[in-house]
Amino acid sequence: MNGTHWLAVNGLSLTEGSTRIIDDASLRFGAQHTVVLGPNGAGKSTLLRLIHGLLHPTGGSLDWPRALSQAMVFQRPVMLRTTALANVIYGLKLKGHSATECEQRARQALARVGLDALAKRPARLLSGGEQQRVALARAWALEPQLLILDEPTASLDPASSREVERIIKDIAAAGARILMTTHNLGQARRLGEEIVFIDRGRIVEQTPVEQFFTQPQTEAAQRFLKEESP
Amino acid sequence: MHEFNEPFVTAWQLVAGADARLAGIVLLSLSVSLTATLIACVAGMPVGALLAVGRFPGRRVLIVLFNGLMGLPPVVVGLLIYLLLSRAGPLGQFGLLFSPAAMVIAQAVLVTPIVAALTRQVIADEWSEYREQLRSLGASRSRAAATLLWDGRFSLSTAALAGFGRAIAEVGAVMIVGGNIDGVTRVMTTTIALETSKGDLPLALALGFILIAVVLAINAVAYAMRGWAERHWG
Repeated sequence: MNGTHWLAVNGLSLTEGSTRIIDDASLRFGAQHTVVLGPNGAGKSTLLRLIHGLLHPTGGSLDWPRALSQAMVFQRPVMLRTTALANVIYGLKLKGHSATECEQRARQALARVGLDALAKRPARLLSGGEQQRVALARAWALEPQLLILDEPTASLDPASSREVERIIKDIAAAGARILMTTHNLGQARRLGEEIVFIDRGRIVEQTPVEQFFTQPQTEAAQRFLKEESP
Repeated sequence: MHEFNEPFVTAWQLVAGADARLAGIVLLSLSVSLTATLIACVAGMPVGALLAVGRFPGRRVLIVLFNGLMGLPPVVVGLLIYLLLSRAGPLGQFGLLFSPAAMVIAQAVLVTPIVAALTRQVIADEWSEYREQLRSLGASRSRAAATLLWDGRFSLSTAALAGFGRAIAEVGAVMIVGGNIDGVTRVMTTTIALETSKGDLPLALALGFILIAVVLAINAVAYAMRGWAERHWG
């Protein structure tokens, strides 16, 4: 893993008042698919937002060996009051693509998430699962080198969750690195290659996925797995 | 009792008979206030959106200022515009005083802070929902402001409406800068004020009815439009 990482996090901290939300986190991301796990309030989402640049750390740094284009999908999809297609086009337009290219790429992306039939429908009137797929299409259309997903299936029913997982796998297969959080351990197992386990803002362990679920290295992770497993 | 009823009867006859003098006053009122509201929207909505999403020194002061200016007394606005437009004033050379244009200017000044402050509230709510997504997609703040203005277009109709309601109902500003000249700058509110003081109640009452009807109708249309938008765009 050394030398081949795509992101090195060095002593990253985010303090709000006297609360340390991320506390001196240092690790290297090298896996193609990384899943960040941890109890509620551990700082998973915050870590992702720091990496994506939505938040600025109060200490430490992010070192990118090579700048990666990024896209992020949030727990609750944010849809503009326009069609599904126009929502996808919006992201492309901000990147400066021409109108025809935007439309073409947006249509392609919608087709890849299985929503070409709903392209002209108002995005906000789609179901939660469909909206999340539009959000995934919007991210995918940008052809990011790193796709960050913050609990993308947390508010979805099982069928929609499976569909979203399928799309995430496809995006990864198209070459994007995946960095995501989830509360669903089965999903972590299916999508992850490496698990980063964090607790109370600290990086507790970083383990290949199989090993994490069979032989977690730390007591905190063992406890977490016991509590979260059905 | 007969004396109390009489003005109502005459007022109704004026409305029902589409009295030409009445119609002229109503049309001038509507065109002045609609134009003023339009100008206020063009000026105030971008300002409100930038106040909601922007980060620049003096932002908080401006927010407080615009919120405060929502309660600007029309007579004071009228007086200030009068001073600007009067022959000796800085804009005196254009000879706009006592013209419908002067009334439009005064009402636009009166209404712009209302539109800006209400827009800021609407856009600030949207911004808290969209902020991360828009920043993630790489939208600059000004781009985000433009996006949210379009996205909030149905909610913003309320801001425009509040502005129009203020403009059409005010007397002080149009009275001072328009001069209430018969057939030129006489609008519904100034006519009501004048005719009431002269004791000609039927015309005043007829205009009062129309004024209320206009305000109600516009609110009803806006309400229906928002309902439609909600169903069609979520």
